Parts: sequence; C-alpha cells; structure tokens
Amino acid sequence: MAIRIKDFTEKESPLTNGHRMCPGCGAPTAVHQGLMGVESPVVVVNATGCLEVSTTVYPFSSWRVPWIHTAFENAGAGVSGVEAAYVALKKRGKIDKEIKFVAFGGDGGTYDIGLQALSGALERGQDFTYICYNNGGYMNTGAQRSSATPKGANATTSPAGSVLPGKLQKPKDLTAIVEAHHIPYVAQTTLFNATDVAEKVKKAVETPGPAFVNILVPCVLFWGIDPSLQQDICKLAADTRFWPVYEVVDGVWKLTYKPKKRVPIEEFLKPQARFRHLFKGDGAKAMLEEIQADVDADWQVILDRCGATWEA
Amino acid sequence: MPRREITSGNWAFAEAMRQINPDVVAAYPITPSTDIPMKFADFVANGKVDTNFVTVESEHSAITACVTASAAGARVMTASSANGVALMHEIFPIAGCFRTPIVFGLVNRCIGAPINIHCDHSDSMAERDAGWVHLYCEDAQEAYDTAILAIRLAEHKDVLSPVFVCQDGFITSHGFEPVEILDDAAVKAFVGERDADFPLLDVDHPVTYGSFAMSEYYFEIKRQQIEAMKNVLKVYDGVAKEFEAVSGRFYPKLDRYRTEDADFIVVVMSSASGVVKDVVDELREQGIKAGCLRVRMFRPFPADEVAEILGTAKAVAVLDRALSIGGTAPLAAEIKSALYDCGKNIPVQSCVYGLGGRDFFPQYARELFMDLAAGKVSREERYLGLLE
Ligand SMILES: Cc1ncc(C[n+]2csc(CCOP(=O)(O)OP(=O)(O)O)c2C)c(N)n1
Ligand code: SF4
Ligand SMILES: [Mg+2]
Repeated sequence: MAIRIKDFTEKESPLTNGHRMCPGCGAPTAVHQGLMGVESPVVVVNATGCLEVSTTVYPFSSWRVPWIHTAFENAGAGVSGVEAAYVALKKRGKIDKEIKFVAFGGDGGTYDIGLQALSGALERGQDFTYICYNNGGYMNTGAQRSSATPKGANATTSPAGSVLPGKLQKPKDLTAIVEAHHIPYVAQTTLFNATDVAEKVKKAVETPGPAFVNILVPCVLFWGIDPSLQQDICKLAADTRFWPVYEVVDGVWKLTYKPKKRVPIEEFLKPQARFRHLFKGDGAKAMLEEIQADVDADWQVILDRCGATWEA
Repeated sequence: MPRREITSGNWAFAEAMRQINPDVVAAYPITPSTDIPMKFADFVANGKVDTNFVTVESEHSAITACVTASAAGARVMTASSANGVALMHEIFPIAGCFRTPIVFGLVNRCIGAPINIHCDHSDSMAERDAGWVHLYCEDAQEAYDTAILAIRLAEHKDVLSPVFVCQDGFITSHGFEPVEILDDAAVKAFVGERDADFPLLDVDHPVTYGSFAMSEYYFEIKRQQIEAMKNVLKVYDGVAKEFEAVSGRFYPKLDRYRTEDADFIVVVMSSASGVVKDVVDELREQGIKAGCLRVRMFRPFPADEVAEILGTAKAVAVLDRALSIGGTAPLAAEIKSALYDCGKNIPVQSCVYGLGGRDFFPQYARELFMDLAAGKVSREERYLGLLE
C-alpha cells in the first residue's frame, strides 16, 4: 500500500521531538520518514555520528524503540549481532514477535570506516536494513571530508584555499558498491518529497535479507543553507541529477524519479556556502564544468543500468 | 558418567562450547585459537549444536556482534588471540560498560612486531583495564572447566561482565593431554539458561544502549563498573563451589602450592606453573622452604588474598610472560602494589620469561629460588632464558 502523508500524522515516530540535532538537519527527517512506513516493531543500531550523539544525551534518550550504539565503524556488525540473537532466540522459542532491524550510519560510518563491516553483513545475507544518512562529510567532528563529499566542496580537511578549490575527488559510488553484493533491495533517494523515503525504507524493511538505502540529507551547517530549505535543496539534488533517485530490486535497476527538465548543476551548488568559492574567478569555472561533466556521465551510467532513456 | 579423552586445550574449549550450546557465536580465525571456531563450525555443520554461528569478516566485527547479541539477550561465546584481540581493543571496554556477559576463549599469543605466533601474555595483558574478568588456566582441563564455570560467573546478576578464559597458545591449546569431559546433561543443568535483565529485543520495554554521557555522568558510570567488578571477588568462590559439586574440581582465584610455610615463593600464571611446582617439590626435598603461587584470577586482582599468602615469605619472585616496556611488568606491578598496601616490605624480584614462545625450563626456576634464598634480589627486572 502506498504511503500517504496523512499516515505520518496518525503514527508516533520512533524518534521523539526534542532531540538535540540542529533545526533543519536532514538526518532526523530521514529517520522519521523512513521509520514511519514500517509496521513491525524495530530495533535500531546506530553508528557514531551526529544522529547518535544528538539523540541520546544521557540521561535522556529520544528513541521510543530499542536502540544500540557501540562504535563508529561497526554498525553493520552491530546489526548482525542483534539479528543473530533474534534468529537464535526465536528458533529456541524464547521470542515469538516479528521484529525488524534497522541500522543508521552516516556517510563517514558507511562509505569510509564502516564499509568493511557493512560489506561483511551484506555478504552474510542476514535480514536487516542499513540506512546511510549521507550529509557528505564528517559532521559530528566538524565538517571534514569523507569519500561521499562532493567534488569542489569546501570541507575542513579539504578546504578551498588560494591553490586548491576544495575537495578534488568525486564521491565513490557506494550504492553501486552495495548493489555489487547482489542483495535483494538497494535504493538511493533524498528528502525531495514527503513520501519517497518512507516508501523505499518500507520496501527495504519488508524485503527478506539485507537491504540498503542511501539517503542524501543536508547538514545545514556544512552545506551552509537556511534550515527552511531542507526539502528544496534535496529537490535540486534530484533535479540536477547530482543525486539520482532509483532502486534496484533483485538486480533490476529502476529510476524512480525522472527530472522533467535539464537543470544545471549550479542551481544545486549555488545556494550552498560550501561551494561559494566556485562562483568566484575563472579557475573555479573550470571546476564547475568538470562537475557538470561528471554529473552527465554518471547519469548516463545510471540510465544504461536502468535501461532507460531521458529527454529533457 | 564423565569420560576421559586425550584432547587439546582448544578442542577442550570447543567441546565445552558444544555442551553449552550458546545462542550466538561470532568468531574469526587466528593462530593459535583457530581450532576453536573450526571445531565449532563442525559442530554446527553436523547438527551437534543449534547455535547461530556468525562467520564475521574481522575480529572487530566478531566482538561487536558478540556485544550486540549479548545486549539483545543471547548467551554468547567467542575466541581469539594476539592481533585479533588487539583489533577488538576498541570494543572491549564497551562490552565491559554495557555489562554484557560474553565468555571469550583467549588463547594467548605474543603481539608483533616481530610477528610470531607463539605464546606470551602480551595480548591479554594489554586488555587488563577493559573492565573484563580475566581468568588464566594452567592446562586443558582447566580451560574446559573454566569455560563452563565462566558462563555462570559472567551471567551472575551481581556481576554481569564479559570474561576472558585464557590458556597458553600452543603449549596448552595444541598440547594433547587427558581431559575429563562432563556429561552433556550435567553441563546443561549447570549453565541453565540466560535470563537477561534489559534485553534489546524486549520491544515493549525499549532501552537505549551506548548513549552519549559527558562529564556530568561518565565518572559515575565507571564507578558502578568498579563496584560490579568487586562483586566478582565476592561471588566467585560460590560459583566455583557449585562447579566443584558437579565436577569434583575446585578452582580457587589463587592456586597456592606449598605456600603455607614457604620462605621463598615464586608467583606465576598459566602453564609455566607446572614447572615451578615440580621445582618446589624438588627443593622441599633438599630442605628449602619453596612455594608457588599461581594467579588464576588477574581481574579483578585479589590483592588482599595475595598479600596474605605472600606476607609471611622472606622473598618473592614474580614471573611475567609479558612486558610493560619502560615500566614494571604487569603481574609484578600488581604483586608489589598488593604487598605495599598491606605494609609488607618483602623483597620482590621481577622476572620476565617466555616471550614469543621461548621455553621455560626447570633450571630457571631452580636458579631463581636459589637466588631468593641467597638474598640476591634486585630492583632490576631479570630476563630468564635470554641470550645476552
Ligand atoms: C574509530 C573512530 N575514529 C574516529 C572517530 C571520530 N568521529 C566520530 S563521528 C565522526 C564522523 C561521523 O561522520 P558521519 O558518519 O558522516 O556522520 P555525521 O556526523 O556526518 O552524522 C568521526 C570522525 C570515532 N568516533 N571513532
Ligand atoms: S551539524 Fe549538521 S548533521 Fe549535525 S545535527 Fe547539525 S545539521 Fe545535522
Ligand atoms: Mg556525514
């Protein structure tokens, strides 16, 4: 059944209000929207990062569901352990409820330091959903670059200076790397409308076996945007094709959102302070062209994988 | 009826795991503990256990999965050595603080460089402040028995702590010797079932594990761990006595050998204690009042009992199979501190032996006792069997 916005008003979110994340932060929105569609009880495993620290400031907790955090690089292993316990105790008749397992990791905890633990868990085929809330850098430690940081972004370990125009490399294609594990459900989305995240996460959770959803979310501080622009900036990420929205079900790739017209990458970059230097001077112009070329090439790869065409 | 088998320390530990049939095992191979997950995998493949065996991709993931499975309410076991233990280092204090029972077969091996697969205690000693119980076993029988006993200790409501069950790599883990294996039913009855207090899987009573606690609370939480660790000293003997009722074997925290009237005592851990005990017998025949104290429980450290046992000796030597480069070797540091606290100014000779699997011969113990008797005790650390 499709998700309706009305459903959100009728259900209590597993994450309470009053957590300590910044106003406008995309991470709690991803959690709210994602878990709203899930009907079974869930246990949440969280990697170290902004979401983890800001929702569990002792002696308080913003989680209405069982929640566990151990470290930064191991959410994949953490969710494996809880799921393994569940399967064991269920087999031995000590638990009868249907419970689902969802891990949340930031891009740092997923693309970088936690990639091994995630890969291991995916290969083992356990039944869990891993959600990467991807704000494009290490926010909890002060906006350092990660391998998800966009090319040209001014991050604190890849600052834009008089010689370097911010980060030089384009992000790795984590969603495709995860897909290469040939798990039953993989998706990539962003907070560009009110229901897509909920629909994809619901599918992910209901699919037996491992599932993965990579959700692009803004960090208002790093991206340098007004908190009110959360959904707009995500819409621009999808419309400029910077962040293609698609899913891969049992190996079949499908674009689930096609922008209606060609929107230049500048429209996504310009509202964000982290790209401000790209709009000053001629050298920066070359960088903008390079980024646009990357976007066009990567889009074509996605179209090919999806067997789709796109005219705009 | 219990049966006797010729088996190794590793296989004996794995046999205990079969009989315990834990809910979850997550493990990763490394010499010399690899036999444990291999043997256990055989049990799984042949239906001898119905444990959920999670074949993780690293030790870091192994211990992480053990912690979260234990928090979920499962009974959990694993095994590792050396680099594997070092890779887990980050997660050990988390297991300790979560008070998640895990029984861990730690097969001692030295830590590189240079890389070397043989025994010393540098791997477990590096984890001595992680908030785990550390038990060191002398032989395969003890490793088997302690695996079973440790389940009850780890899950005891006043304790709730992960436990390392250490045995010496190769010497014990790969040496074959007779081991008495208890009846499956007796082990099953002894270990019972885990009754977890705040399981993550109780979705009707959600709990948060691993929250963010700053300077207002961190200290207090650590203080509670200290209290729980003290409880181990209180409840251990009770658990050991219950195990004795089942097995006929009692394992004290401190294994004293002819120490009651001893003038000269050598303190040692794990397999080397057999050699020291033999030498004690030999010297006693020559009229020298020698004794051996084997420290089985290293964490919590039973300092009061140690001081009582050593307090009447004329001189003591401590054998460490680990270094603290630039400081005092770990066991010697504990012994000296225990004696100092009770006001005993007994000469203590600190000795390091057996690093990287170097053999420990009776000759070394003999010479050491003779030196103690001759008053040759110095503040300089001594190295036994070193070619220099
Ligand atoms: C092993 C380890 N290395 C480094 C850190 C420091 N650290 C904590 S959170 C973090 C970055 C988190 O980034 P991400 O996963 O993207 O989450 P975000 O903070 O952006 O939400 C870092 C580097 C750590 N906690 N553990
Ligand atoms: S710093 Fe960024 S990621 Fe962290 S809470 Fe604030 S907006 Fe969210
Ligand atoms: Mg991030």
